[in-house]
Amino acid sequence: MLAKRIIPCLDVRDGRVVKGTRFINLKDAGDPVEMAEFYNRQGADEIVFLDITASFEKRKAIVETVEKTANVVFIPLTVGGGIDSVEFMKVLLQSGADKVSLNTAVLNNPALIQAGAERFGSQCIIVAIDAKRIGQPSPAVDSKWEVYSHGGRTPTGRDVIEWAVEAEQLGAGEILLTSMDADGTLDGYDTDLLSSVADAVGIPVIASGGAGTLEHLYEALTSGRAHAVLAASILHYGTFSIAEIKEYLVKKGLPVRPVEN
Amino acid sequence: MSSLVIVDSECANLNSIYKAARMVSLEAVISDNPKTISSARAIIFPGVGSFAHAASLISKKKLRESLLETVARGRPFLGICLGMHLLFSGSEEADLSRVNDPTEGLGAIQGEVKRFPEGLPIPHVGWNRVDPVNAHPLFAGLSEGNYFYFTHSYFARPEHKENILSLTDYGFSFPSAVINGNLYGVQFHPEKSGSAGLRLLSNFGKIIADQQ
Repeated sequence: MLAKRIIPCLDVRDGRVVKGTRFINLKDAGDPVEMAEFYNRQGADEIVFLDITASFEKRKAIVETVEKTANVVFIPLTVGGGIDSVEFMKVLLQSGADKVSLNTAVLNNPALIQAGAERFGSQCIIVAIDAKRIGQPSPAVDSKWEVYSHGGRTPTGRDVIEWAVEAEQLGAGEILLTSMDADGTLDGYDTDLLSSVADAVGIPVIASGGAGTLEHLYEALTSGRAHAVLAASILHYGTFSIAEIKEYLVKKGLPVRPVEN
Repeated sequence: MSSLVIVDSECANLNSIYKAARMVSLEAVISDNPKTISSARAIIFPGVGSFAHAASLISKKKLRESLLETVARGRPFLGICLGMHLLFSGSEEADLSRVNDPTEGLGAIQGEVKRFPEGLPIPHVGWNRVDPVNAHPLFAGLSEGNYFYFTHSYFARPEHKENILSLTDYGFSFPSAVINGNLYGVQFHPEKSGSAGLRLLSNFGKIIADQQ
């Protein structure tokens, strides 16, 4: 059975992890390489670096980070944030990234998904979608969500489900789906959003935004039909360890890759 | 001094394999030189991308002869992912393209490479259990059904079941590792499979050492 994946996401700016963590047993919790190693030892199934470096000139920092991480961490590594060309994808993949996560650039230029998939294969291409619910949830009408670009700052007028289907057709290998409504609330994933997208596409969906409890993760992977969960706060603040998450999911009957020692 | 050669198949994860091999003290050279490949002590053939692309690359770089020659001399050969598919003669993935030479694999194992059936999310991506069919040095210490990282849309099916080294379940049971003498193919990515993957690469290193 294919295991459900637990994926820590690290926000990196100018080569440093931003959002603070509470792990006191780390020499340097701001070092993305050390954080990636830490989560690898904990049993993470993949690592995502989200590069939020503002200036173009400092982009080299993420490439160095990826290179150093790939020397010591032998699980899949994804890099997202500001990737806007096949050339930059190539640099990241050759430095040791296994996948790139594309967002704003492919909303402006969807052909970039196809170009990346043709060049490197669909397994390298994740399309990240930031989704915001339109109106209030109601049993009377079907829910709709709008795609936002530029880190959730700019509404695009595009329908989330239509965009996910188009991304798949263009060659995306996975969809990373963030609910902007749920993100940061710790109140649970928008499982309605997750299952709507998961049912519309044939590629795996990674759930993001809203995890506060172990049950939330379980819900995303069952009623939300997600293949994987991305987690930031609950891991970084030490609310749960990856081992605790996996132990809980196993108890609930989900297949996970056991934590190794 | 001949060495372990990682064939430069122009795929993006060459460095990952090089680094993982180095992690388990397997020093390798990355090369697409037919002479270097002919004299190799052992070969790792990595691959991501499409079957047709990889097969035409073998033709273009004139590697077919040297690869087959090295295999014939009994040198251990490990094909990873698409590199496993290339041990077979052809793939459904390449059926749409030309019939002759450019899309031909090495034909070292009889069988076929097929696309996963409709109904399952494709590609099959993530960690899945690998259950060795019999005890084998490649899976030393890994006999209990360890998890390895997969990402692929096509799978290989040997015609003879003695060529199947391990099985994995994705809606149905498919061969996740194959063998024919000194030839090994794994569908998963040992270089991305954490400590289980490093163990498998280290086991391959022992196989290389033992045949010297």
